[in-house]
Amino acid sequence: MMTKTVAVIGGGPAGMEASKELAFNGFQVVLLESGARLGGHMNQWDRLFPNKRPAGEILESLYRNFPGSITVMTETNITSIGRNADRFILRTAGRDVIEADALLVCTGFRVFDAILKEEYGYGIYDNVITSVDLEQWFKEKRPVLTSHGRVPATVGFIHCVGSRDEKSGNLHCSKVCCVTAVKQAVELKEKLPEARIFCFYMDLRMFGLGYEELYKESQEKYRIQFIRGRLSEAFENMDGSLMAKVEDTLTAKPLRINLDLLVLMVGFLPSDGTAAIGSLLGLTFNPNGFLQPRDGHLQPHDTEQQGVFLAGSCKGPKNLEETLADARSAVLRIRQYLTN
Amino acid sequence: MYYIDYDPFVLPFTLGVLALLVMLFWKFFQWWDKLQPEDRIVIRTGLRSGKLLAILKEVFLESLIHRRMWKQNPLQGYMHMTFAFGWFMLILIGNVESRIHSGVEFNMPYYPIFFKFFLDSNEGLPFSKSFTFIMDFFLLLVLSGLVLAMFKRVNAKLYGMKKPAKPEAIDRIALTALWFIFPLRLLAESFTSAVTGTGGFLTGNLGEFLSGWLPARLLAYPAWWSYSVALSVFFVCMPFTRYMHIPAEVLLIYLRHLGFKPSKTYDFFSVVEVNSCPSCGVCVESCQLKSSLGHGNIVPAYFLRGLKKDREDMQAVNECMLCGRCQQVCPVGIHVNDIRIQRRDLLNKQVVFNYPYLPPPDHQKADVVYFAGCMTHLTPGIKRSVENILKAAGIHYLFLDKEGGICCGRPLQIAGLWDSARQLVESNQRLIRQSGARLLLTSCPICLKVFREEYDLRIPVMHHSQYLVQLIEAELINVAFSSREVSYHDPCELGRGCGIFEEPRQLISRIAGLQEITAGREKSLCCGGSLGGLSLSFQERKRLASDALKQLLAGQPDLLITACPLCKKTFQPLSPVGVMDIAEFLYTAMEQKTRTAQPEVLINCNETVAVL
Amino acid sequence: MPRWGYKIHEDRQVIWEEGDFSLVERIRLAEPSLCLCISCGTCASGCTAAQFTDFSLRRVIIQLQRGRIEEVRQEIDRCMLCGKCILTCPRGVNTRHLVLCIRKELSGDVLY
Repeated sequence: MMTKTVAVIGGGPAGMEASKELAFNGFQVVLLESGARLGGHMNQWDRLFPNKRPAGEILESLYRNFPGSITVMTETNITSIGRNADRFILRTAGRDVIEADALLVCTGFRVFDAILKEEYGYGIYDNVITSVDLEQWFKEKRPVLTSHGRVPATVGFIHCVGSRDEKSGNLHCSKVCCVTAVKQAVELKEKLPEARIFCFYMDLRMFGLGYEELYKESQEKYRIQFIRGRLSEAFENMDGSLMAKVEDTLTAKPLRINLDLLVLMVGFLPSDGTAAIGSLLGLTFNPNGFLQPRDGHLQPHDTEQQGVFLAGSCKGPKNLEETLADARSAVLRIRQYLTN
Repeated sequence: MYYIDYDPFVLPFTLGVLALLVMLFWKFFQWWDKLQPEDRIVIRTGLRSGKLLAILKEVFLESLIHRRMWKQNPLQGYMHMTFAFGWFMLILIGNVESRIHSGVEFNMPYYPIFFKFFLDSNEGLPFSKSFTFIMDFFLLLVLSGLVLAMFKRVNAKLYGMKKPAKPEAIDRIALTALWFIFPLRLLAESFTSAVTGTGGFLTGNLGEFLSGWLPARLLAYPAWWSYSVALSVFFVCMPFTRYMHIPAEVLLIYLRHLGFKPSKTYDFFSVVEVNSCPSCGVCVESCQLKSSLGHGNIVPAYFLRGLKKDREDMQAVNECMLCGRCQQVCPVGIHVNDIRIQRRDLLNKQVVFNYPYLPPPDHQKADVVYFAGCMTHLTPGIKRSVENILKAAGIHYLFLDKEGGICCGRPLQIAGLWDSARQLVESNQRLIRQSGARLLLTSCPICLKVFREEYDLRIPVMHHSQYLVQLIEAELINVAFSSREVSYHDPCELGRGCGIFEEPRQLISRIAGLQEITAGREKSLCCGGSLGGLSLSFQERKRLASDALKQLLAGQPDLLITACPLCKKTFQPLSPVGVMDIAEFLYTAMEQKTRTAQPEVLINCNETVAVL
Repeated sequence: MPRWGYKIHEDRQVIWEEGDFSLVERIRLAEPSLCLCISCGTCASGCTAAQFTDFSLRRVIIQLQRGRIEEVRQEIDRCMLCGKCILTCPRGVNTRHLVLCIRKELSGDVLY
């Protein structure tokens, strides 16, 4: 019997993990990535919740024992996907033609473009940054300073920016931003012990094991203040600091607070690749634009198209644990499909 | 010799006319009752005023020729003209003709209508050839319109309309009667002409042709009866149908010439406007609530009909976005937006909001007062750009609502809450006046409209799109042209609301290539964010916005430019291309973003005064 | 009268059964988006009127839902209907219409 080929689209953690497992199971694997290198968002991340483990460790483990038999194609954009009997024929912008017996879509997510939440002032006020920017600062070991070069005395984290917000067009909860905010707040406090740090939230969704513990630690050890209220808009003061207006809903009073730095916790949206590959293959999108598996409980990897499978956060917001587990489980499903 | 021509068949017509007159008097009496005494005097003395000629001219042009309808749609215009003008001429010339014939001042009212019945021959009738020709010509004119009207019912697309306004039962009866009137007149006159030879090129020839195979002598009498009955049915129904617009519009034109305007309350003038709606249906296709959401009942043709019949549609009152597209195309020029606000005023009669907490004005002075508006605080990109440009131009300005101000009052007004709004208007008015400013600048078209129309400020009020053009022209700021192609969305309140179409275009043309779109200027679409709509849901607004965006981006521009924070916020999350306010766009194109000259010098320099 | 050594305190609990829920039911019919509120407070934080006075639409809505009409009545007429909260509400509650409906009901105007 000829060795079957699986094309894995997307080289983030899900794509990498799945490729490895597929190769170990004896399949020929072609891993296609639109970016310059594998690893996806993991490349921009410094440390992971809930245990502040370096993201590099995960990347390293993904690369470790990476089978040489896997054909990795980076900077590759798929322009068309056709079918010839049971085989898929993928054409790329670089005019390569790839044939495969099954497709695994691991196209992942992108973060919400905070410029669209104009009232929060990202891209307008210098001291408004996103959680991705802050993580980048951490990773680059850049000192956390305001645009005027001062050490911020007060920092506010705004939860749910572009998530749970119909006005941004996204009703869904991005799941990981709550715990990310707490993690980043704690890390910031470690760097700036004098700073007063606030989290402005609607609900705190500490769903994973260890998350609530981190939340508790952030209160107990780091004195992070949690204010239940959602930001309406930010104003810029003369000195470049920001005046945030929220309602402190628990005291039922309007709250004005001056913040030297405002961090927007940007949410998960389906990546451009998820949208593009989904339309190329004619897959079903859920109302939030993520790809819809055939049955979320019982056939979480199957799609309406035979031989096309899904794994990772192209299906919706996921933390890393879930993403990797989902990738491994997809491999089992593909093996079942290709050996029958 | 004086005698009265009479035949029993004239009775239906005569009684019908009588019933119509009684109803009309009753209606006008009811409306009259709503009038303020001083307005009654204006209306009474109006007849003796020098305006009568102008009024008659307008009545002739609008009620008979349907000039505005011609402009909207020539085919529709022709159709309406043939009916109105043709019928009017038939009555007028018929009267002259019959008077010349009978030689008396006073004829029975039915006499000119059924003149041909009573005429035995043309002999001895002065100018008989000319009269028969003219009468036949106008009858033909009306009949040509009738053919078009029938065609319209079958195939409305021909008239650039997807569907005509749906008539009600009584409208259908009147319409059927109306359609029968002229063919029956044609038949009656033709049959009679076959016997008496009194017909012209139309009735004479048709009569001759018909008599070849039909017993014309026998059929003539029933045809006259039918003609009379058709007229009667039409006249009896008329006060209860859309045809009421015929007398109402004459009155409306008269009132407008005497200076009557829509007021804040639903009054005499409103009733006349409501009754002047001919349900022509031109507005039907202009309404986005209909085209995007299928809410056809919002359309003026139906909303006004409901009002006419005391069956008010609350949804049509509360849901309408007041974008004004319908009144822009209305051939009668009915102020539907005002009428909807008046109805809201009635519905919210008991509702009063109270603002005893408003702060007293402080004492900051400036040349230019900048009032960003509530919504602009949600688009810091706009207020920051305006401020940066003002600074760069060296203008001595005061940002009145820098950290949030008092609402301008228009949102309350469009909900019909005039008394509540007055408190806000007065507070803001005091603030602006005490600043000593010579110009009020705003970024919000909603504020702009109320500042201009309801505030007593005695200084010019400008939207930033107007002021920034002046700053460029005065060379206080320099801009660079880029090869970008942009599309401009006219905000409802700025464009149709305040008539500002040119300045934003002038400004954009200096910076980038401007795509003109079909839904531009007066035809501009509502973004879906309008505060005019009270009860429309968020999801419905979103659908409206997506549909509007499709049209705005049809030319695949690089950017969508607008001039209203509300439009920007509404389009931004849905647009595949960037959405920018005109001030932001200008700021990105400015060459020199800081000015070295002293602002103090600039305050007094001539340029700035010119700018002011 | 002898002065006793104690006085009877007013009950400070919200007793659910004492709430007047007829109003919220009527309002919900007129403006169904009422039930979408998650009390995030965005409406109150950006509120134009709340700069000058104690007004919170979030509080009004929750009081309404708890059947506490008197509290609603005391606050509702301070709103300026400026519509800013319509733009910021993350749940798409038609806040402006909601205020108008509540005000209308409380002032005795026919709602619909």
